[in-house]
Amino acid sequence: MEISIIRFPGTNCEVDTYNAVKKVLGITSKILSCKDTVIPKSDLIIIPGGFSYGDYLRSGAIAAREPIMSDLIKKAKNGVNILGICNGFQILTECNLLPGALLKNSTLKFISKITNIQITRNDTFFSKDYDKNQSVKIPVAHHDGNYFVDQETLRAIEENAQVAMRYAEPINGSLNNIAGLYNNSFNILGMMPHPERAIDNQTGSNDGIKLFQSMLKSMSL
Amino acid sequence: MPDKDIYQSHGINEDEKKLLLESLGREPTITEIGIFSVMWSEHCSYKSSRYWLKELHTSGKQVIQGPGENAGVVDIGDNQAVIFKMESHNHPSFIEPYQGAATGVGGIMRDVFTMGARPIALLNSLRFGEINHPKTKYLLSGVVSGIGGYGNCVGIPTISGETGFDSSYNGNNLVNAMCVGLTTHDKIFYSKASGIGNPVVYVGAKTGRDGIHGATMASGEFDDESEKNRPTVQVGDPYAEKLLLEACLELMQEDAIVSIQDMGAAGLTSSSVEMADKGQVGIELNLDKIPTRQKNMTAYEMMLSESQERMLMVLTPEKTQLAKEVFEKWGVDFEIVGQITDTNNLVVKHKNKVEANIPITYLTDSAPIYKRDVSPRKQKQKSTAKINQNIDIKDTILKLLNSPNICSKKWIWEQYDRSIMANTLNPAGDDAGIVRIEGTKKAIAMSSDVNPKYCTADAKKGAKQAVAECWRNIISMGAEPLAITNCLNFGNPEKPEIMYDFVKTIEGITEASRELNFPVVSGNVSLYNETNGKPINNTPTIGGVGLINDISFLEKFGHMLEGDQVFLIGNKGKNLSCSAFEEVIMGRNTEDPPDVNLKTEKINGEIVKKLINDQLLSSCHDISDGGLIISICELLIKSNIGADINIANNGNILEELFAENQSRYIISVSSNNQDKMFEILNNASIQYHHLGNITGNELKVNDKIVISLNELNEAFENLIPELMAS
Repeated sequence: MEISIIRFPGTNCEVDTYNAVKKVLGITSKILSCKDTVIPKSDLIIIPGGFSYGDYLRSGAIAAREPIMSDLIKKAKNGVNILGICNGFQILTECNLLPGALLKNSTLKFISKITNIQITRNDTFFSKDYDKNQSVKIPVAHHDGNYFVDQETLRAIEENAQVAMRYAEPINGSLNNIAGLYNNSFNILGMMPHPERAIDNQTGSNDGIKLFQSMLKSMSL
Repeated sequence: MPDKDIYQSHGINEDEKKLLLESLGREPTITEIGIFSVMWSEHCSYKSSRYWLKELHTSGKQVIQGPGENAGVVDIGDNQAVIFKMESHNHPSFIEPYQGAATGVGGIMRDVFTMGARPIALLNSLRFGEINHPKTKYLLSGVVSGIGGYGNCVGIPTISGETGFDSSYNGNNLVNAMCVGLTTHDKIFYSKASGIGNPVVYVGAKTGRDGIHGATMASGEFDDESEKNRPTVQVGDPYAEKLLLEACLELMQEDAIVSIQDMGAAGLTSSSVEMADKGQVGIELNLDKIPTRQKNMTAYEMMLSESQERMLMVLTPEKTQLAKEVFEKWGVDFEIVGQITDTNNLVVKHKNKVEANIPITYLTDSAPIYKRDVSPRKQKQKSTAKINQNIDIKDTILKLLNSPNICSKKWIWEQYDRSIMANTLNPAGDDAGIVRIEGTKKAIAMSSDVNPKYCTADAKKGAKQAVAECWRNIISMGAEPLAITNCLNFGNPEKPEIMYDFVKTIEGITEASRELNFPVVSGNVSLYNETNGKPINNTPTIGGVGLINDISFLEKFGHMLEGDQVFLIGNKGKNLSCSAFEEVIMGRNTEDPPDVNLKTEKINGEIVKKLINDQLLSSCHDISDGGLIISICELLIKSNIGADINIANNGNILEELFAENQSRYIISVSSNNQDKMFEILNNASIQYHHLGNITGNELKVNDKIVISLNELNEAFENLIPELMAS
């Protein structure tokens, strides 16, 4: 099982993500530089959280134009599974692998807390181990998590059941409380909550474990 | 600028000017005046405080490095060490709250990673003016965004802190930031330069004109024109800090670094002087090589710039190329800008001209040092207001929970990333933040504390109390307290009564830290915190670190549970002097804060720690602001459960509920564990009192006073959100 994690300058969750994959799945992943032009053969590519290039422009905007992205986009179109967490989600929208955009939180403030999230479906690469409509607790920590998209696309997303997870209550202004989103072929998931920080009850929740286990199960099939 | 004003405008007084001219034996260049001015500033030279700081208790078998380096270093076993320090960024944060606070966080982080440690936690201690003062909302909002903006971006969790409000800070808020890092004993880096001919290397962000004279600004009082100083506030770039952090830590894995020092206050000047001074060597800088952000910067500007995210290193020549490659990989500027010399002078060259040539001792050992006059301040008139014994107790409890210094600070800490690094073990709002050491069963507990009201009423008692409360907060999480850092915020030291309080503060800290084996390993002094001649309350913030050897007990610790019995460890409350009750309910301040009996403190604390580690307790919380009942309320709110509390009728119920006597804890214990607990308490012969049991969803006191959890929650949670939304 090959897992690659892409690090941009300013990424700060790559070690947490690497540790979570190691602890939960026993897999040693590769951390790649965004300056690489080729991603080695991977069953799963993770874009972890952080502040790529400081997010001084729009969040993820510069990262989305890095050399590694053309291979990522190619692999995405070929069906390789991609998980973008927080800044990773923002980067996936910036390079149009996912529709819409993540605007500043409606509070205009950074939000850091363990949130109640509803997992909408349990039949995707990323969600097999969850129950349908399962409520989970996963931390969020972001300034720009306010999901926005035009009405027509929103309708299509909902009709296609592409919403992967929703906040149990509004926290940042996201349309339809969207916390995580699939592309229309369901091989790409972008999510604002941090599953890598929810693998141990001692740190507040272990509800993220099932996400990692789902992915392993799917990769083993 | 006429000649006589040059010194004055650099904050150099007549005597100091004389000393400067006599030492140098010639007229200084403008660059040299700039260098003297920052090195002799209060901020860099500690000229008013140095004489007294020597008195601090700084030793213990856990101490690897005490004060005098970038940060203190403490052993935590298994070849691991924590490195930590607290620092103020008060003046800049008042002038420009976002950037002032942000760069305060950046600066303290560099102090820690410059010594080889990866930062694992941030804390802060904030003081603002009255909550309804027209500037408070703006300052609070800016400071909190700035702290979060920096720490969140670099990716270090902000895990604990305190925020207080008082009119004495109306014109001078306080921002004290603390950073704790982790390293191993063989990877601790110091600032002492050595090796004649070794290259001096500049790494990090480019030098701009920002922050020139920040140290001098920070060493003066404020007046109504202070906001004109805004251009002297530096601008933070946490992204640059993150890259610098990773590059430095990567290079530290190699044997390349002889010494390293971050460029903080007084930038290039103080970093080069401190490194050379510690190594008793000279240093020569060639400013043509300095990476600059702006064109045509003069030697004066480069030497005084306080641009952020920069470091100075002395490298071994053979590893210089390797070092360059590491920094280039991370996209961080790397330039050889000078060398270590045997002259013992600081020599600054720019465009083929020597702009400065100063024996280093003139800037350090021979810098002015003042043993300033001290005299006790006049006792304020004793308040004669009588306590109304028939006061409505329910209303009093809710008012206290809804008061600015006691209420929930959730609005603040929800803006700080707390869960990054995935090792933060407890929710915000506990007595101390706890961070697990990755790959071990160990964790570090951290807290920052001070009660400025106590410290202003009686500097020595207040300082003792600050150390004891920090110790107690760490104990409350079951940790062994190890050592402290401090940040001593005071007014103008040229006023004898302020200097007197400063001296008494040192006495108090020393006494408490010695008795509790809680030595000071690093610290910072911030003086001249005054506006238009009005000083802040004395605010000697104490930041403490403790060790949990085995975190297993935490699984079943932290919440009051249905059926638990509630006990008070320590004496019954006796005196309302200086309490939150007095301030909030009676609107008076008396001058006699509760004293700490350090022997009792130690015994009570050791026993509580044992009870927690023996897994006998469900929860524990120290008693501080607001007294016993507020401590119980805070635990109930956290645990989302009610309690039935009985206070004996033979005492004074107001004193028992609201007095702030020291060395006390509220604990809750399941019926199963009670007997074992009694055995330990009785053997240690410490005082304890049964208060009631945990049940239902309301707080009942003596059956008569009934407050629902909802009412408690609303009073506790609503104040700051309502203020910020208004």
